[in-house]
Amino acid sequence: MKHITTVSRPERKSSVVGCGECQSSCQSACKTSCTVGNQTCKQEERINRKENKDK
Amino acid sequence: MTHSFKYDYEGKTYYYVFHPFSSSLYSVDNAAFLVIKNRYETLTEEEKKEYELLSKEDIASVLEEVEELEKENLLKTDVKSPFRKSSIVKALCLHICHDCNLRCEYCFAKEGTYNTARDYMTLDVGKAAVDFLIEKSGNRHSLEIDFFGGEPLLNFDVVKDIVAYARGREKETGKEFSFTMTTNCLLLSDDAIDFLNREMDNVVLSIDGRKDVHNAVRKSRNGKECYDVIMNNAKKFRAVREDKRYYVRGTFTSKNIDFCEDVLTLAEDFDQISVEPVVLPEGHPLAIRKDQLPAILEEYEKLSRAFIKKREEGKPFNFFHFMIDLDSTPCLSKRLSGCGVGCEYLAISPVGDIYPCHQFVGGDKKYFMGNVLEKTFVPEVQEYFRDNTVYSKEGCENCFAKYYCSGGCTASAINFEGDIRKPYQAACDMMRKRLEVSLAIHSICKEKGI
Repeated sequence: MKHITTVSRPERKSSVVGCGECQSSCQSACKTSCTVGNQTCKQEERINRKENKDK
Repeated sequence: MTHSFKYDYEGKTYYYVFHPFSSSLYSVDNAAFLVIKNRYETLTEEEKKEYELLSKEDIASVLEEVEELEKENLLKTDVKSPFRKSSIVKALCLHICHDCNLRCEYCFAKEGTYNTARDYMTLDVGKAAVDFLIEKSGNRHSLEIDFFGGEPLLNFDVVKDIVAYARGREKETGKEFSFTMTTNCLLLSDDAIDFLNREMDNVVLSIDGRKDVHNAVRKSRNGKECYDVIMNNAKKFRAVREDKRYYVRGTFTSKNIDFCEDVLTLAEDFDQISVEPVVLPEGHPLAIRKDQLPAILEEYEKLSRAFIKKREEGKPFNFFHFMIDLDSTPCLSKRLSGCGVGCEYLAISPVGDIYPCHQFVGGDKKYFMGNVLEKTFVPEVQEYFRDNTVYSKEGCENCFAKYYCSGGCTASAINFEGDIRKPYQAACDMMRKRLEVSLAIHSICKEKGI
């Protein structure tokens, strides 16, 4: 593409059924606001750890 | 829903297009910025003039690329799925004591008391809370307990005993507990440092930043300054913590909306930082005023530029609200649910009363959810919160940040707007700005390889 460069295009996570194993966002550092965009997915963490181990 | 925005760094203007539903971020040229913004949003008067100067060929060429992305559902698409929060509980905030050894002028917990007696949680209540969490956690494996207050180290022996009890129940139930403590560091002895470093998955150290800023509002019971003691203890903790999770967490008020300086001061000694706007009713001398909002948004921009600069200089730090990992973004379920207030995340008062979150403790009795010691639970309150998702909030439908804040803090919606469905607007403005600069940081750092 000439005008548009992709910075990030994650695998779409459109499923509404999550595993629920991730951290509860208010247990982090805020306690007075709500930010979920910076929470990590435990499943992805496991996959990434496994991929790094396999490399 | 697609959002176009600009970001300036070191004399260069960057143009971005963000598609919240797919979490896709694009860096675009000026022509694409104007064409895409015109397609999905509204151009400013100045941008309209620029748009009129574009050639027909340029517009057609951009639209060709846009339509390609639209076909792949990587622009514009926003699907609303039927969704209700789960009733499984996986996290508790334990108010280990409603007492504090500081008298911070902005404390939403009213000197740690939450308008209740200065109660200390007993081990019996703590054990009952652990049992309640296990019982309500269904098939969840990872459970969380946050030791909160008041100041939890005032009741440290009970914290130790609750951790030991929960560890014992881990073996028997197959559950795994992660513990967090939020402390003001005043009682952070060598013994406490050793215990917290060993047992806590995350430790939140409350420090406001610059010495004069901290000392002006965070004072001891008898009004004395405490910064030097607290910093000394926090640095000792940092020294042993290595790469395990912790945050120094500050609060900014109407008196220090130049909070970028506080973050950078903290960054001299710490690398995991969160600084949050104060939560106070309008009219309080330390409350953020509406007329201060433009300067606060500008301050986040300033902080974001300093954040990138520090990375370039090889002195990186993390700022909680700038952390965004688009490549392993949370699932849609998480992004619709938010913090889990009243459903997966509940708070337990020192006497065992259950509330939707720590900000509800000691407040309106209609949110009272039972008592862990008496083994009572009010499912109607939880049912009420199960429908509290980003879909139910006013004004969220057309907001590009909706999947990143899930409609914001529910306690703030009630406290400031008087309605669970009306997000606190000042917080929304800050959230949108923080998301924009986080995306720009993500892109620029990726481009620079830092």
